[in-house]
Amino acid sequence: MYEIRIHSRGGQGGVTAARLLADAAFRGGKYATASPFYGAERRGAPVVSFVRIDDRPIKVYSQIQHPDMVVVLDPSIMEAVDIFQGLKSEGEILLNSSHPITFEGYRTHCVDLTGIAIARTLVVAGSPVVNTPLLGALAKVGIISLDAARAAIRGMFSDNRNVQAAEDAYGELVL
Amino acid sequence: MTEIPKEEYILKCTSACAGCSSTLSLRYVLKAAGPDMVLVVPACCTSVIQGTYPRTAMNIPVYNIAFAAAAACASGMSAAYRKKGVKTRVIVYAGDGGTVDIGLQALSGAFERGTDFLYICYDNEAYGNTGMQRSGSTPLGAITTTTPGGKVHPKKDIDRIIEAHNPPYIATACSAYPLDLFQKVTKALSLEGPKFIHLLAPCPPGWRFPAEKTVEVGKLAVKTGSWILWEREHGTLQVSGPSRAAMKKRVPLDEYLKMQGRFRNITEQQKQELQRNIDRALARIACEVKQPCS
Amino acid sequence: MRGETAMQLIATGNKAIAEAVRQVNPEVVAAYPITPQTEIVEQIAAYVSDGTLASQYIPVESEHSAMAACIGASVTGARTFTATSSHGLLYMHEMLHWAAGARVPVVMANVNRALGPGWNVWAEHSDAFSQRDTGWLQVFVSTVQEAYDTTIMAFRIAEHEDVLLPLMVNLDGFTLSHTMQPLETVVVGDFIPPLHLPHAIDVAHPRGYGPLTGPDEFFRFRWDIERSMRDARKVILDVEADFGKRFGRQYGPIEEYRCEDADILLIAMGTFGKEAEVAVDDLRREGIKAGSLRVRWFRPFPVLDLSGRDVVVIDRGYSFGFGGVLTRSIQATTKAEPFSVIAGLGGQEVTYRDMAGFVRNRRPGEEEWFGVNTIV
Repeated sequence: MYEIRIHSRGGQGGVTAARLLADAAFRGGKYATASPFYGAERRGAPVVSFVRIDDRPIKVYSQIQHPDMVVVLDPSIMEAVDIFQGLKSEGEILLNSSHPITFEGYRTHCVDLTGIAIARTLVVAGSPVVNTPLLGALAKVGIISLDAARAAIRGMFSDNRNVQAAEDAYGELVL
Repeated sequence: MTEIPKEEYILKCTSACAGCSSTLSLRYVLKAAGPDMVLVVPACCTSVIQGTYPRTAMNIPVYNIAFAAAAACASGMSAAYRKKGVKTRVIVYAGDGGTVDIGLQALSGAFERGTDFLYICYDNEAYGNTGMQRSGSTPLGAITTTTPGGKVHPKKDIDRIIEAHNPPYIATACSAYPLDLFQKVTKALSLEGPKFIHLLAPCPPGWRFPAEKTVEVGKLAVKTGSWILWEREHGTLQVSGPSRAAMKKRVPLDEYLKMQGRFRNITEQQKQELQRNIDRALARIACEVKQPCS
Repeated sequence: MRGETAMQLIATGNKAIAEAVRQVNPEVVAAYPITPQTEIVEQIAAYVSDGTLASQYIPVESEHSAMAACIGASVTGARTFTATSSHGLLYMHEMLHWAAGARVPVVMANVNRALGPGWNVWAEHSDAFSQRDTGWLQVFVSTVQEAYDTTIMAFRIAEHEDVLLPLMVNLDGFTLSHTMQPLETVVVGDFIPPLHLPHAIDVAHPRGYGPLTGPDEFFRFRWDIERSMRDARKVILDVEADFGKRFGRQYGPIEEYRCEDADILLIAMGTFGKEAEVAVDDLRREGIKAGSLRVRWFRPFPVLDLSGRDVVVIDRGYSFGFGGVLTRSIQATTKAEPFSVIAGLGGQEVTYRDMAGFVRNRRPGEEEWFGVNTIV
C-alpha cells in the first residue's frame, strides 16, 4: 500500500486534490481511498488529507501514520506544521515551490504549481487552482499515469485549462 | 344564495363537549371541502372529539399527528399528492396551541415553501384539550389554569405573522357565522398555495359560559370588535359583513366580557387596554380599506 | 440518463447514498442539512434540479418537520427518503416513534456523529443508539459500496408487507461519509417492486389514523411492531440473498472475518468493524487466533453464537450508568463475558494497531475507556 499525506490550507483545494488523486489511481486500475481529515477549519487554516493506493481493497480508515509521500501545496505551512511527521526515511516530498528545496534523508521534488495555475489563468475567488496541476506532477513522479490524471480531471472539471495545467506540471517537473 | 351541501362528514357520535363551537365549525369546513380531502389534526380537542379507536365520528380520512408537526405533515402529504397528480385537498385543523405556539415553526416553514394546503386554526384561546392552560393566543385578563389571576400578557397576533409570509389567502372567521366560514373555506380551496383561516371558537367550559350561549358569545365577540372578520386575497383586504356593521356601531366591550367567567378578575386597566387594542385594530383596518396599499 | 447502466466510479459515502436514492427514485424527499450529512441533501437537490431524479424535494425548516413530512407523504402511499445526523436525529426523536407507530416505511440515512456539548462533528454511534427503542430497523455499514447497496435494499426491506417499519442506514461521519472509495452501481430494475402500502389513505374509503386508542387496544399496536421486527429478520435475509444473487455482493446480519477457527472475536460496528480485519491479520501473524465480527444489523439485533470464544467489544457509544451499548446488548443476548473497550467517541482516532492491542491486553468482564486509563 502506498500512502500519501497532503498538506494544504483551507480553501486551497487540498481535499479536492486527494479526491482527484484517488480517482486517477482508481481509473488506473488500483484500489484507492481519499479521506480528508476534517477539523473546524475555515479558509486559510492548515488542512490534511490522506490518499491510500493499493492492489487490494483497502480496509484502513484511520489516519496515515507513516506516509510514503508528503505533498505540500503551500510551503509556508511548514512554519506551523511538522510535515515530516512519520514520513518514512527516503520517503518522497512534493513541494509547490518556484525554487528548488532539498531535505536531507528524503527525495524532494519541487514544482511551481502556483505559477502554472496563474499562467493558465486558473484562479478561483483570488486563489490559484493548484490541485489540478498537482495531478500532472504526481503523474511525473509515477504515482499515477498522465492519462489517468487527465481522465480524473475531466471527470470533475469541464474547463480544459485544468488538463493543460496538469500537462504543464508534468513537463516542468524535473526528476 | 350559498347552498350548503346536505352531506354530513361528521357523524352524530362525537365526544365533543356540549356547545363545542370548533366541532360545529368543522362540520361546515368539511361541507365546503367535500369528500376528496384529508384532514390533518395535531394534538388538540379535535384529536379527542373524533372518538376512540376502533370507532370514529369522521366520515373523511383523518390523519392524527404530533403536536408540533401538523403543517410539516401536511407539506409531505401535499407534495406526495401533487407528485401523483392527485388533487386531494389537504386541510389542517389545529388549535391555537398547535398553531401560535408549539407548531409555529413548522407552520412558518410550510407557508414559506408555498405548500398547497389550507391551514385552519380554531382558536379557543387556551390549551383546551389539557384543561384550559394559557396559550399565546389567550387574551389579556383571561383566567386559565396557569393564569389563575388572569393573563398579564396580550394575545399574540398570529394573523400578522402569517401575513408576513404573503400567502395568497388569509381570513378570519367565527363559529357564530357559519355561512361566512363556509364561503371563506370555499374561496380558500379555490386558490393554490398556502391558505390560512383563523377561526374564533368560543369554548363554554373553558371560557365559563353556559353551553347554549356559544353562538351568542361568538356574535358578541364580533359585535364588540374583539374579533374582526375579514379576508385578504392576494394582499387585498376586505372586511366581512358582520364586522362592517360593527365598525359603524359597536356593542360595548363589557357585554362580551361579563358573559364569560374567565374575565371575572379583569382589572379596569386591563379592560381599557383591551378597548385600546380593539380601537387600534379597527382603525388600522379602516385606514387600509380607505387607502389600500399599492 | 445515468442509472440505466451499472457504473464503476469512485465516490464518498454520502455520494453513494444519494446515488442509491436516485436509483430507487422515491416520490418525496424531505430533508434538512447538517454536518456531515449535508452532501447527501445537496446531491439529491442537484439531481432533482438537473432532472435526473423525479422526486418532490421538500426543503423543510427542521428535522422534526423532515420526519413529519416524510410520514405525511408516506401515508399517501408514496416512497419517501430523508437523511440526517446527530442533533438532527435527536430533534426528530418524537417523529421517529411516530413513524414506527404509523407503520410508514420511510428510509433514512443517518450519518453517525457525536452529540454536544461540546460541539463535535466527528463520528460516534450515540445518536443512533439513543434511538434504538423507537421501532426503527437500524443497520450500520462499513464501506462506500455497502452504504450504496444497503440503501437500495433498505427500501425493499422496509416496504415489505411483513415489515412496514421505517429503516435507518447508519454510516460513520466523515470517516465514511467523506471518504472516497471505489463504487460499483447497479441497475435496480424490478429488485425494488412498486410500493404497496396496505393502509395508505384512500379518500373513497375514509379511515381514522392514529386516533385516541384506549388501554384495551393500545398494546396490540405495540405488539404488532415487535412482531414485524421479528418477521424482519427473515425478510432481511431473503432480500440480502436476492441482492447477492442479482448483483453479486452478499450481506448478512453480521460480517465475519477469519472467525471459523478463532479463539478470540473482535466485535465492532461501522468502519471500526472493517479496520478490525486488519488488526486480525496482524494478530494472526503473531500466532493469536483472532477473528473479526462486525455487527451490521442493530435492530433487529442479530442472534450471535459466541460460545467458547473470548470476546473483545469496541463500543462507539455509551449508556451512562450502564455501559457500552454494544457490549451490554451482546451480554443480554449471549453468555459472553466481553472485554469492553469504549473507543472512538467524538471521532477519537483508533487504529488497527490500537485494536490489536485491545485484543492482546484483554481482560474479560472489564471495561476500558481508551485514552482515559487502562484499569477501571
